[in-house]
Amino acid sequence: MAKIQLNLISGRTIQQGVAIEGGKEKPSYRDACGIIELDAEDFSKLGIYRNTNVRVTSAYGTVIVKAVDATQGPHPGLGWIPMGPWANSIVNPNTYSTGMPTFKGTPVEVEPAPNETVLLGIELVQKACRAET
Amino acid sequence: MTKTVTDVICPFCGTLCDDIEVVLSDDGKKIVEVMNACAIGNEKFHHSQAADRPKRPRMQQPDGSYKEVSYDEAVEFTAQMFAKSKKPLMYGWSSTNCEAQSVGHQIAELTGAVVDNTATVCHGTTLIAVQDVGIPSCTLGEIKNRADRIIYWGCNPAHAHPRHMSRYSIFPRGFFTGKGQASRKVIVVDPRPTDTSNMADYYYQVEQGRDYELLQAFRTALHGHPLPDTVAGIPKEKIYEGAEVMKSGRFGIIFFGMGVTQTLSKNHNIDAAIMLTKDLNEFSKYSIMPMRGHYNVTGSGEVLGWQFGFPYAVDLSRGIARYNPGDTTSNDLLRRGEVDAVFVIASDPGAHFPISSVKKIAKLPSVAVDPHFTPTTEICKLHVPVAFVGIECGGNAYRMDNVPIDTRKVVEPPEGMLTDEQFLEKVLHRVRELKGAA
Repeated sequence: MAKIQLNLISGRTIQQGVAIEGGKEKPSYRDACGIIELDAEDFSKLGIYRNTNVRVTSAYGTVIVKAVDATQGPHPGLGWIPMGPWANSIVNPNTYSTGMPTFKGTPVEVEPAPNETVLLGIELVQKACRAET
Repeated sequence: MTKTVTDVICPFCGTLCDDIEVVLSDDGKKIVEVMNACAIGNEKFHHSQAADRPKRPRMQQPDGSYKEVSYDEAVEFTAQMFAKSKKPLMYGWSSTNCEAQSVGHQIAELTGAVVDNTATVCHGTTLIAVQDVGIPSCTLGEIKNRADRIIYWGCNPAHAHPRHMSRYSIFPRGFFTGKGQASRKVIVVDPRPTDTSNMADYYYQVEQGRDYELLQAFRTALHGHPLPDTVAGIPKEKIYEGAEVMKSGRFGIIFFGMGVTQTLSKNHNIDAAIMLTKDLNEFSKYSIMPMRGHYNVTGSGEVLGWQFGFPYAVDLSRGIARYNPGDTTSNDLLRRGEVDAVFVIASDPGAHFPISSVKKIAKLPSVAVDPHFTPTTEICKLHVPVAFVGIECGGNAYRMDNVPIDTRKVVEPPEGMLTDEQFLEKVLHRVRELKGAA
């Protein structure tokens, strides 16, 4: 199956804002933030339908999210995952002595994962924390 | 008859809108309608009254589930955690009022804690740059009334500060900006075309992570020096054009956000943006303002600033206030295993820190004070729900332009629920007893 390299950025969306105030334990949080927005060009390269789950992997981790059409674009070569635990599973945690992790500009690889599920937000974080023990 | 409370302050983002109107039921207990708030503020007010809200503290059990405990037990657990800890981290503070922040700082002094706020993952790098080169700024009121050149660099207010453009920066008809949007020219710089850039007169699709080069290129263009053919993906003709647009305004403002604070150049980006603002003051009047995220992160910086001299990442473990981003900041402390307890309040590092830091929090003695269920509350040893500031209790908050605005209480909190300030006072009192300093 096709794999593509992208530059990952992360940040706010209105849907993310409404979802966090509505309760991060709810499915609406996963629907708002457990996604990666891809440009049409990158969808073609990947060869998948919209709304297919994908695995996004960086040097720092891997996560399953749903691939959706870019809502604000075009931005070929850029992937957008709204801020939240899905994005934070894979962004660059290095602060380079500034205290600030490098949330924007992480090289990632995206491959189709149609049989995997996107976890709920709290579930995702709890599982990751338990994995080390 | 319903009653309407006016001049309510919205407790979500740094825009700190002060024109919200809340319609209450006859008995004043239920929020029936919220007027003027954006979708996010609206959701916050309404969800505060949801039936599934946690009403009492919850202690983590050995099997990972949570059991309800009393506030007294929660106070005791928290105080014991502080008393036994050598270097606790007290993180968050951005979604509570200044009064609570101040009480928390007393606990920090007593326990030799590191006090850090959400700026550490937001505008912390801005604060570093401000310490290096200063910051020519102004209030949002001045923008509304005077600004005719609006630059959004690395921010997307349409999504993150939804009413910013309507209340202050693009649409309002101010004293010297009587034609509203028609009085203003808008420049947007973003690697993606966004809902904000759709309103721009000039849009620069900068190469992601190359804002530093483009900022310096604008400074070069301002002074009429030569540029290479393209900088950061932008042709030099467009840069010269943009510089002329900036110079030709009577009052300009650069609003900036995570696109420049979180990309690799971090504080150097902001340094360059502030220097661009200073250079523009040779031609016109310009200011620069960070788009602060949480409604009271600015307040946390103010209170920490006047109490300890630094706006975030304040390390009190040696009995004096020390500050060194990269050394005393939360993510670095957690990664290096340099704190032995974590107290989170009014924030959600579980969702917004890199997962490697969150794994460290989950292994340590930890308390999360938050009205909601969040990834943080569900990995900490104790979750203490509290009243919502700005809805169920008042208190001071600071807007993104450093203007203090007192939030209002609109409804009562759930029966028996404490506010942040009340919980912290009880913890402080008990910690004093335990440390023999009562």
